[in-house]
Amino acid sequence: MSTYTAGLLADVGILTLGALSVYIILATGQLSLGNAGFMAIGAYLSSYLTVIAGVPLTSALLIAATVSGTIGVVIGFPALRLKGIFLAMATLGFGEMVRSLFLNLDITGGAGGFHGMAHISVGYVWIWVGLILLLVWLMESSRIWLEMRAVADDETAANLIGLNTTMTKIGAFGMSAAVAAVSGGLFAHHHVYIEPGNFGFERSIDFVLAVILGGSTIGAGSLVGAALLVLLPEQLRALDDWRPAAFGALLIIVLLIRRQGILDRRLLRRLVPHKQTA
Amino acid sequence: MNKPLLQLSDVTKSFGGIKALSGLCCEVRQGQIVGVIGPNGAGKTTLFNVITGAYRANSGEVFLDRQPITHWRPYRIARAGAVRTFQNIRLFSSMTVWEHLLVAQPGQGAWWRRALPTNWADGAAVARAEEVLEFFGLQEVRHQSARSLSYGTQRKVEMARALTASPRMLLLDEPVAGMNHDEAEDIRRLMLRLRDGGLTILLIEHDMGFVMNLCDYLYVLDFGVLIAKGLPGEIQADPIVMDAYLGKEA
Repeated sequence: MSTYTAGLLADVGILTLGALSVYIILATGQLSLGNAGFMAIGAYLSSYLTVIAGVPLTSALLIAATVSGTIGVVIGFPALRLKGIFLAMATLGFGEMVRSLFLNLDITGGAGGFHGMAHISVGYVWIWVGLILLLVWLMESSRIWLEMRAVADDETAANLIGLNTTMTKIGAFGMSAAVAAVSGGLFAHHHVYIEPGNFGFERSIDFVLAVILGGSTIGAGSLVGAALLVLLPEQLRALDDWRPAAFGALLIIVLLIRRQGILDRRLLRRLVPHKQTA
Repeated sequence: MNKPLLQLSDVTKSFGGIKALSGLCCEVRQGQIVGVIGPNGAGKTTLFNVITGAYRANSGEVFLDRQPITHWRPYRIARAGAVRTFQNIRLFSSMTVWEHLLVAQPGQGAWWRRALPTNWADGAAVARAEEVLEFFGLQEVRHQSARSLSYGTQRKVEMARALTASPRMLLLDEPVAGMNHDEAEDIRRLMLRLRDGGLTILLIEHDMGFVMNLCDYLYVLDFGVLIAKGLPGEIQADPIVMDAYLGKEA
């Protein structure tokens, strides 16, 4: 596999995880525009652990996911008092705050960035992507996922039938932050150099875009969206300067035709027929 | 006589200057079907909202099995055993009937079971959902989106959802509103079976034939005030109730 292809595939994998982190929150009806902040925490923390503390990468990623997940829960408590556009703005503020923190933090290189990480293969990236996709796929058939969907559908009714809606939303926030951190850790160790600019607002928008485009009602949609976001601009290179405009037009067309995104359960059932169980 | 499962002591709920419930005292005994009747705006749904924690009473206490639940959050009250349905059907728009029956079993089973696919790891939840599905005769529509069903069937799904939570007390807000006679009769029979199984039911209903044929005891509200209580026969003959709500025969 050429370095170019491997790089693209790794980027698809990393973006898939970022998109999944947004998808998890979206399942409870909340929109986060600050997941690049959690990605930054994962990237810097795992890099610091592997480069400075000599922790093996897999352990560093797990530690970063745990720390980021905990921060997600802590941030989630005040943030989830807000809803809709207000929550989106608050999470956006959090993301920018984290980026600014790393910009001014000398221990992680400040504006000069952080380097020294050992390069990881595309295969290692995809082992993580596969594992997390599998976990999300398993969860999508669980009662906890149903509880998340219930909160998204009608939070008041969910509460009145016995669902602790606050804990459901906080839990989703924590899970989302952990997945975004893994995405960040893999990004850092694939690109072997990180700087605060890697984790700006545009990164969070890419995550959201991948979910909306690929499919916001099924985890595998994040994979489809990430593949399109990474690979499509490459296929449109022939258009030179018109490439972003053509890409934008394609996005609008797809969303006009399929509001739920390209992949949904109905399409998946058609593609992969299976027996319906109780 | 059975012991009281629900007790309200001097409960008042105001919205601004309007008293929706005024010093309400009542109780619901275990294993009974108790009806709350009264004209529109009498405070019946507010009463349900106060009991289930959707509204907090301004004063007074609500007890469920002698435990004060007045300041509990709604999910905790539901888990303690008081689960409700809604006057305007509130089903989850993205869910099938089957999913409604699985989701309403919170707090039951270890968290890791709830985090794994239900069919693999959550046999007890599946069995409970299957039992309730059969009880309400919803097997045919189990995989259909609940919101796509007829009005009467949606009401049944809402009741089934509440029942899967294994409540000690079911609060039904106008369970047969908008149903035809046969559908209402079907619901009446199901409710009697539930009561015979030991479940306590508190219901709000405007269909007086339905209420009088079903309820063991009645409370009558008017402008947030309890104006009468008693057996259905006593309520039907009560001149105050006739004047405020039932009307007099010509």
